[in-house]
Amino acid sequence: MMLEIRDLYAAVEGSEILKGIDLAVDAGEVHAIMGPNGSGKSTLAQVLAGRELFEVTRGEVLFEGESLLDKSPEERAQLGIFLAFQYPVEIPGVQNLYFLRTAVNAQRRARGEDELDPASFMRLVREKARLVELDEKLLKRAVNDGFSGGEKKRNEILQMAVFEPKLCILDETDSGLDIDALRTVADGVNALRSPERAMIVVTHYQRLLDYIEPDRVHVLSGGRIVRSGGKELARELEKTGYGWIENRTAGAGS
Amino acid sequence: MSDSDTRHVEQLAQQDYKYGFVSDIEQELFSPGLNEDTVRAISAKKGEPEWMLEWRLRAFRHWRTMDEPHWPKAHYPPIDYQSLVYFAAPKSSEDRPKSLDEVDPELLAIYDKLGIPLKEQELLAGVAVDAVLDSVSVATTFREKLAELGIIFCSMSEAIHDHPDLVRRYLGSVVPYTDNFFATLNSAVFSDGSFVYVPKGVRCPMELSTYFRINAANTGQFERTLIVADEGAYVSYLEGCTAPMRDENQLHAAVVELVALDEATIKYSTVQNWYPGDAEGRGGIYNFVTKRGKVHRAAKISWTQVETGSAITWKYPSCILLGDDAVGEFYSVALTSRHQQADTGTKMIHIGRNTRSTIISKGISALSGQNTYRGLVKIARSAENARNFSQCDSMLIGDRCGAHTFPYIDVANPTAIVEHEATTSKIGEDQIFYCQQRGIPVEDAVSMIVNGFCKEVFQELPMEFAVEAQKLLGISLENSVG
Repeated sequence: MMLEIRDLYAAVEGSEILKGIDLAVDAGEVHAIMGPNGSGKSTLAQVLAGRELFEVTRGEVLFEGESLLDKSPEERAQLGIFLAFQYPVEIPGVQNLYFLRTAVNAQRRARGEDELDPASFMRLVREKARLVELDEKLLKRAVNDGFSGGEKKRNEILQMAVFEPKLCILDETDSGLDIDALRTVADGVNALRSPERAMIVVTHYQRLLDYIEPDRVHVLSGGRIVRSGGKELARELEKTGYGWIENRTAGAGS
Repeated sequence: MSDSDTRHVEQLAQQDYKYGFVSDIEQELFSPGLNEDTVRAISAKKGEPEWMLEWRLRAFRHWRTMDEPHWPKAHYPPIDYQSLVYFAAPKSSEDRPKSLDEVDPELLAIYDKLGIPLKEQELLAGVAVDAVLDSVSVATTFREKLAELGIIFCSMSEAIHDHPDLVRRYLGSVVPYTDNFFATLNSAVFSDGSFVYVPKGVRCPMELSTYFRINAANTGQFERTLIVADEGAYVSYLEGCTAPMRDENQLHAAVVELVALDEATIKYSTVQNWYPGDAEGRGGIYNFVTKRGKVHRAAKISWTQVETGSAITWKYPSCILLGDDAVGEFYSVALTSRHQQADTGTKMIHIGRNTRSTIISKGISALSGQNTYRGLVKIARSAENARNFSQCDSMLIGDRCGAHTFPYIDVANPTAIVEHEATTSKIGEDQIFYCQQRGIPVEDAVSMIVNGFCKEVFQELPMEFAVEAQKLLGISLENSVG
């Protein structure tokens, strides 16, 4: 198993958001995490990436059999865990290419590999930029600085393509995208699907799953997975909405 | 920012000063204290002509009527000027070396430790170096090459002997000996410094550079530099410095005067990395400097500074835009960490018509550092169509530091256009996490983000200096960002 989450609890500023998550993801699989706003989807994504804002209060997370929770965010990245951010961060004055190269080489060094020489690096980036249809001009600009919403998301997928991670976590990658941008981003993601790679796609809407077809769908509510199923579960959710969950939770509470 | 991130960042800010070593070269020290006899002794020691001694004495008498100013936003215990030593020169200066081979090997070893072996610089970088250890220049290279073009590049002491007409004409012409408390003190007791003269129409083919270094305990360092670019000339001058670890505070009151005659250009770049004091704020250099340039018709003076060292930095490299179409520029990065305090900025005095000035200031504060931008843009009645653009950005790292901005704008001509932009940002936990998630360790992430913030200034620096400056920022924030 690539990723195993067992009984995971996490809190921010004392208030508990994740309340006992169990999830197993194997190489080659695509899992979708769906659920209403505030259900803990993004928190789960960030906890997996190691954001210190969130405190893990209970449970464990294993990545390829090794415990993740005592590792720093950069160590997790170096192991091959990639998070595509819902809101990619702007870093003024730092050229996108320079950032990419610093990151690639930091990861390679950590893995005991040689750094990429400038020419091989440029070839790799050009190839991947074509894959996600990212304007090469954006490579020369500062990281996400003044990028449109679509450009930012494409830039995330570009990084994902360049790093070739083992586990990709996409946090609401569809938010703020028009249908064309959504299709491009989804094409990029699909091109990266492989038997060695796992993906966790966090989304509020079924729409993205029309383009990225999941193997498993999980519904998160109140910090727990309340239902799991195949891709047909996503379609069902589109018809019924999330109302039934709230009713159910209310029912359970009474 | 979460507590643990703040801690991380603060660890980086606590990196020990890498160049904190003390060399034990025999020093020839005057006994502490300051009176007319001290001034006479300094002048006699250097074998100066009478006019120079007279100038020093006039300055000293004036200084005694002045009070130490306390308007900068900086706090420090009173300075006892009578307990300072006013002249220190390496013994080996008695018979000055004619070439590097004759230079005290221990001196050369210090430069090696600093990573600036003169020989290598001579061969590789093509930089003429007038290296100042404490007060007396010990080695000057490339001078002959420059002499072929009529360029004079020597120590101030030599210039007083060999080029008295030029020195008498320009010394004090930009910063008069009555200018301010510290400049006046400098005028009385200045030890040495650099002198540059570039003749009409000559473009100086190499970057001129001086490494300053303060090396004796309790020794005030009073450098005096004068650069004159004659009509249509061009010169780029680099000043960089580091100092050994010392417990006592050391006063540094330098004066730099620039004269750009009609259509001349002077580019003056500084990387300043003097000992900032320890983690508790003990020790460190007091850097109280007066730098100013006179810009004649269609001439240009460009100041670029990267200030990462010193316990207290107090300096305002300024331009008096005298002639029509004169241009003044000021690009600054000031980083304060630990208990450092910086009150720095510029003055752009527009007097000629169509004069233009640009001010780009980047202040970075970490740990308990306090960073103040203080600037004056003055448009005189005579300055038709003057233009100024100012941009002052501050970046805060952690939650104990401070950033302050005091822009003064004084416009007496209605045709002027003056723009001022200012931003303050906190280095974001989200930015650091984003970099970490891409596999970049926190320390490198902070260095990268800060260097990005300073990019507009770094691109004004000569290439090799820009690299050094970026490293310096990294070092200053290392352990000051962990």
